[in-house]
Amino acid sequence: MDQLLRLGGFGNELAAGFLLNISVGAGALVVALTFGLGGAALKLSPSRILNFAGFIYTTLVRGIPELVLIIVLYFGVPRLAQTIIRPFIEGYRLDFDPVATAVLVIGLIYGAFMTEVLRGAFLSVPKGQLEAARAFGMSTRQTFWRVHMPQMWRFALPGIGNVWMVLIKATALVSVVGLQDILFWSGRAGQSLREPFKFYLAAAAAFLLITFISERIIALAEARSQRGVRKLKA
Amino acid sequence: MDLDLLIGSMPKLLDGALMTLFLTAVSVCLGFVLAIPVALAKLSPRYWLRLPAGGFIYLFRGTPLLIQLFLIYYGLGQFRETLESFGVWWFFRDAIKCALLVLILNTAAYTGEIFRGAIAGVASGQIEAGRALGMSWFTQTRRIILPQALRIGWPAYTNEVVFLMQATSLVSLVTVTELFRAADAIAIRTFRIYEMYLTVAAMYLVISYGIIFVFGRIERHLMRHRAPATQPGIHKRALAILSR
Repeated sequence: MDQLLRLGGFGNELAAGFLLNISVGAGALVVALTFGLGGAALKLSPSRILNFAGFIYTTLVRGIPELVLIIVLYFGVPRLAQTIIRPFIEGYRLDFDPVATAVLVIGLIYGAFMTEVLRGAFLSVPKGQLEAARAFGMSTRQTFWRVHMPQMWRFALPGIGNVWMVLIKATALVSVVGLQDILFWSGRAGQSLREPFKFYLAAAAAFLLITFISERIIALAEARSQRGVRKLKA
Repeated sequence: MDLDLLIGSMPKLLDGALMTLFLTAVSVCLGFVLAIPVALAKLSPRYWLRLPAGGFIYLFRGTPLLIQLFLIYYGLGQFRETLESFGVWWFFRDAIKCALLVLILNTAAYTGEIFRGAIAGVASGQIEAGRALGMSWFTQTRRIILPQALRIGWPAYTNEVVFLMQATSLVSLVTVTELFRAADAIAIRTFRIYEMYLTVAAMYLVISYGIIFVFGRIERHLMRHRAPATQPGIHKRALAILSR
């Protein structure tokens, strides 16, 4: 058992790699929620131009494989930022942290999926709640911050959970752009010890563990978010 | 944008696109055939059917497709002697066969879960009516449950097929020359990295749209008992699905 846990001396690297997957995933979730809110705002806005911008964002991301998006954006975003900044600050070189770039790119991709989740959740808040807020004399802004926004999360939670489950698995793709995540290290370990199956299996098990834990946490969070809702008994 | 480069590389890109479509078509068809029994098994009251089906779905949905591909293609090399002695090494030596195997199993798991939900969503009155007519389990399933589950599950299934098509780009990492790898090879050779990547992205977008369009047509056919006048134009609908 002890031998098995050490994984042929690569235990520490694999653990560090897995930690990278989890931190990139967690960071990307925050970025995705931010972009998702932005995307939902674009799609819900009364302006046709902003609607169109939202449409382009989600269509491009959903119509192109994430592998292609990750490679293009991972190398493209720093270059684009460089090009934009150059005319303003002479000779300045922007250095992009690889992990931060990966977080940004995965967040950008899953932000498009979050857009639909948050847009749907926003529209799911019962009309009566908003009318009641109005009847109390709340302004549009007050209605939004005090009634609409707090209630939409209950509807968004299942969708956010789904996006997270896909997002965390997508972090395995960062090994393609050279980040030393668990897939990178299990490849290395498998090659040098000539046991590729064992190490890829370990990587798969690690992801299974995270999806298992995530499922539990999401179920708990959903139950908690429903605590104020009356349930019908069959 | 260098048009000559684009035109010159089109034959290779189209070859790659054909491979992508081939991988998608085979895995969609065989995956679907596998998914229906898996979905029925997961809903079975018999634990020896329910548990393996549930485990299969859980394993394939809980791990990244990329790791599944590496596990089968690179990983099984570890057991080469054993596989040779069983006479199956010729299969696992070939990247395309490995890729297809993994894609089929992967999409069968996702599709199985979609249709498990759809089957559970068929109105119980329908099933009771079938039972009242004295239909056997098999007849009920074939004539009442599956046709209606297909209608319920179709929109989600369309999504799965689009993502499966896009996921075939991952098999480029186990040396299969499909659309992305074909573009990548040209990009590296000509140093026109962004032109090639943007072209290939556009091609994926077109294929995604095509799949949604065709599946929308099929959905219309499945829903032909409903009034078609209420449905918006099929292009508009396809675009709406793609942007969702």
